[in-house]
Amino acid sequence: MAVVGTERVKRGMAQMQKNGVIMDVVTAEQAKIAEAAGAVAVMALERVPSDIRAAGGVARMADPTIVEQVMKAVSIPVMAKCRIGHIVEARILESLGVDYIDESEVLTPADDKYHVNKREFTVPFVCGARDLGEALRRIAEGAAMIRTKGEPGTGNIVEAVKHIRMVQSQIRKVVAMSEDELVAESKEIGAPYELLLEIHRTGSLPVVNFAAGGVATPADAALMMELGSDGVFVGSGVFKSENPEKFGRAIVDATMNFKDYDLLAKLSQGIGTPMKGIEMSTLSINERMAERGW
Amino acid sequence: MIGMILKIGILDVQGAVSEHAKSIRNIGAQPVLVKHPESLAEVHGLILPGGESTTLGTLIRKYGLHDPIRERARQGMPVFGTCAGLILLARKIEGQDDHHLDLMDITVNRNSFGRQRDSFEADIEFEGLSGAPFPGVFIRAPHIVTAGSDVKVLAIYRDRIVAARQGNLLAASFHPELTSDLRLHEYFKAVIERQCAAECV
Repeated sequence: MAVVGTERVKRGMAQMQKNGVIMDVVTAEQAKIAEAAGAVAVMALERVPSDIRAAGGVARMADPTIVEQVMKAVSIPVMAKCRIGHIVEARILESLGVDYIDESEVLTPADDKYHVNKREFTVPFVCGARDLGEALRRIAEGAAMIRTKGEPGTGNIVEAVKHIRMVQSQIRKVVAMSEDELVAESKEIGAPYELLLEIHRTGSLPVVNFAAGGVATPADAALMMELGSDGVFVGSGVFKSENPEKFGRAIVDATMNFKDYDLLAKLSQGIGTPMKGIEMSTLSINERMAERGW
Repeated sequence: MIGMILKIGILDVQGAVSEHAKSIRNIGAQPVLVKHPESLAEVHGLILPGGESTTLGTLIRKYGLHDPIRERARQGMPVFGTCAGLILLARKIEGQDDHHLDLMDITVNRNSFGRQRDSFEADIEFEGLSGAPFPGVFIRAPHIVTAGSDVKVLAIYRDRIVAARQGNLLAASFHPELTSDLRLHEYFKAVIERQCAAECV
């Protein structure tokens, strides 16, 4: 008997993406450019995060037409975003046949208390996290992949660095603790005890962890890998740069060869101007997408 | 061969590399990550892991791994492709004019079981393995549509060929590296040992 939607096939799908780059695209044309550049998957959107920021108002799931056009255009997996807690948007995306759903803080949350119960779905989910507690709450809800949030649409890597460092240092702390201390830690960071015990024993998160939110250059992507990410999401960074083809290829190469500094030097030359970027202190707390999610 | 530790390479571009490395260590062999053509010289066999076949196919050419892998495999180096790795090995890919390594006389259909929501686990009867059926983990999995006369079919699921062998080349649609069952890695190790024994005479 074949069983679909098991934890192993959901988490396994993300394992097949490791060391890769997932790129945001808004048209079939962009999806083809991303695929040719070596992306392992594309995220089909109506707007990239920096344009969502600029547009203001409520950001919702993309028009299914765009998602379908992207799915037809490429053979690599296609992801799409639903609003936090929007069970029906998630069901619609599953029905369209997308390969992964991102329950994302980039869109305006639909529920201010609860995330989607992702265990109920056959399609796997990726969710954002700023720290270990948030990551483990999402895994407890059934997320099969985690991405550290960073600050989407800013082209500024500082928040992404903060979040991956936070998750990594909290993992090291849990590994070093004695088992007696885990229940108190579970209360402290709001994470299920069983998952903390698993990390204590295995030394790592039970799912793949990518970095997101602010990657704008090949060096940024390599930095995320250096800090322990399994791969990288690039939102506005590719198609808001001067030369998306070159930028896309350079970010893929940098991610896969993040310790080859001679190569990184070459990759960083003559690729044109990256997206402009936003300094964090100019963003008010209401403008920070990473604060969304609980 | 006695006392010698087998070195099994894993194509280290993208995908389930660490999972294969763990399985290789668990069968008492040494995993070698193959990122550059030079690393190929020291391995006795090579695993092409699961990942995204389009991405892997593009990047093995770009990183200069395509021709060296092909050459060594044609000289007899055992190669085991899982999922995307099976697609890399194939002579023909349905719906495409191009192929990747063009080593195995098979035609493959990519994502033949559907998209991710159709990915599944099922028990597989695998010829030559003793004991219980093998736990097959199929993730956007391909299958073998036709196989040449030199190709031995090793497993069939829902009338589709999901594992096969042609001499030193082994291919599976599913992911043994996502399970703790080491029998397919052991099977590949035996292929390498026989090859080494033949070459070392």
